[in-house]
Amino acid sequence: MSKTTEKDGALIGQPDGLPGSGNRTIGMLRQGVGIFGRQREATVLVVTVALLLYFGLTNQTTFVSQTNAIDLFSETAAPIAIIAVGEVLLLICGEIDLSVGFIYTFAPFIIFYMNVYWGVPAIIAIILGLVFGLVCGLVNGFLTVTLGLPSFITTLGTGFILAGMALYFAHAEPKSIPPATVNFGKWIGADPWSQFIWAVVIVAIFHIVLTRTRWGLHTVATGGNQLGARESGINVSRIKYGNFMITGVLGALVGIQTAFYTNTIDPLAGQYLPMFYSVTAAVIGGTAMLGGSGTVMGAFLGAIALSTLIDGFDIVGISANSLQIVFGGAILLAMIANVQLTRLRERGRT
Amino acid sequence: MTAQTPEPGGDALRAEHVGKRFGAVTALSDINLRLGRGEVLGLLGDNGAGKSTLLKILCGFQQQDAGRLVINGEEVLLKSVDHARSLGIDAVYQDLALINQLTVYHNMFLNRERVRGTLLNNRSMRATAREHLDAMGINIPSVDVPVASLSGGQRQAIAIARAVYSDAKILLLDEPFAAMGAKEVAIIMDVLQDLKGQGEVSIIIIAHNYGQALEICDRINLLQQGEITLDKVSKDTSVAELNDIVVAEYRQAMQERRRSA
Repeated sequence: MSKTTEKDGALIGQPDGLPGSGNRTIGMLRQGVGIFGRQREATVLVVTVALLLYFGLTNQTTFVSQTNAIDLFSETAAPIAIIAVGEVLLLICGEIDLSVGFIYTFAPFIIFYMNVYWGVPAIIAIILGLVFGLVCGLVNGFLTVTLGLPSFITTLGTGFILAGMALYFAHAEPKSIPPATVNFGKWIGADPWSQFIWAVVIVAIFHIVLTRTRWGLHTVATGGNQLGARESGINVSRIKYGNFMITGVLGALVGIQTAFYTNTIDPLAGQYLPMFYSVTAAVIGGTAMLGGSGTVMGAFLGAIALSTLIDGFDIVGISANSLQIVFGGAILLAMIANVQLTRLRERGRT
Repeated sequence: MTAQTPEPGGDALRAEHVGKRFGAVTALSDINLRLGRGEVLGLLGDNGAGKSTLLKILCGFQQQDAGRLVINGEEVLLKSVDHARSLGIDAVYQDLALINQLTVYHNMFLNRERVRGTLLNNRSMRATAREHLDAMGINIPSVDVPVASLSGGQRQAIAIARAVYSDAKILLLDEPFAAMGAKEVAIIMDVLQDLKGQGEVSIIIIAHNYGQALEICDRINLLQQGEITLDKVSKDTSVAELNDIVVAEYRQAMQERRRSA
């Protein structure tokens, strides 16, 4: 994997418009690198389009419909994509967050308790729900960066704690959305397309953050060569804290969105599945598990590819019992295709 | 022991009784070192003598446990690399501190990126990186490639170019010639001679090759077991003398070991 990952760092901050100066060979080389960079996401794009076409052509009436489009893009893909944005940032700087699915679970309860029990105004309760995600990220950052635990262990622990807290406080029963917050809910997640729009906006913003800002560059530097980044004076701890906090907020946002969309606050919502899906989406999209490289756009496409599989198999009518076997196999196939295409591309170049 | 009579306050940098321990290991016991303004000082010594540790203290990456640093006549406790940079100190580390996944020009501007608002000004950084590498005569086909694809010598040249063009007044170079071919050594030698000629930059060079060190440095300090044991103007010493001292130290250590065994 390291061979491919070293190369796709070329994505970060690729030429904004090809430079005109220099001799012809240099120009061509630069162009080559530019095309190469764009192709990195092209691989997962090809896989995604192929999956959409396959299910679209074989199930024209059911797959190609407004209801299913909402199902696929807004209900399934958007939450995966939004959380994947956070996981991409963390994976690039060499960390991971396994607890994000439980931040998702607990955040809507904050809104419920704030609004219903303590009479906090709806909008402030919602903001506090997001702040809760921020604080969870801060705690993950503290345990990982300041106390030096591996993030895999840190977030495994905080995840369990959050899961237990949700069940304990809610007495394992779902709550309904506080009426006062319903008006805001439409913007956040209740409207059928709202989650997808949020996802597109968040992906666009963080694509720019990762490729065009110092924060993005320093995130790559941190994961690519942590000692070197520190020697260059980059505050590696700050980068990691920040990315844990971004992931926490995004997890909370998705949890709140889903609560509004389903009109219920369920202590069993979220959990490990959204996290696994989003890490899978990130990796399908070309993010290295070992840090140093990855793209937000790739993860977005990965989320759509994954959702197409989830949604497509559902429509094809594979029985729920065997679904996961097929699903796991399909993920592996998609990954193999991705890796092989990348290899082919490199062979063609060298 | 002192080779020159320092004019008071005329030193770019002074280390006084600097010590550093790592657990039970004493890396630096009592370092007294001065770097004159515009001077090139060679820091020699065997592996494990503490050269890199001293450099990391001088550039703010690590803090000393004892002693003090005087920079431009003022006592300073360097808090971080950024702090040292703000005082005009920049370093090239032995491991080069390059990020493989980033392009040549992003590496050259690492943590000193040019921005327009919050967005990176890639165009400007790319052009300047190209300009600086060309001016130094370093042959890199494109500044847009990740540094992972470059040779050891090219990578080293980039790290040095980054420090040289940082407007630093004190440059610390940890084995700048380690992975270089003859041509690249010549290029960097020329760059250093240029800087020396301008007389505004003071440089400490850690080197293993005594010949190279004597060629470029005004003065040589020898570091042995955490202490500076020799301080001579380059023309008053020779490769043979330096070799003899280091080999003598090794022989003596071996004898002691045999005696205690």
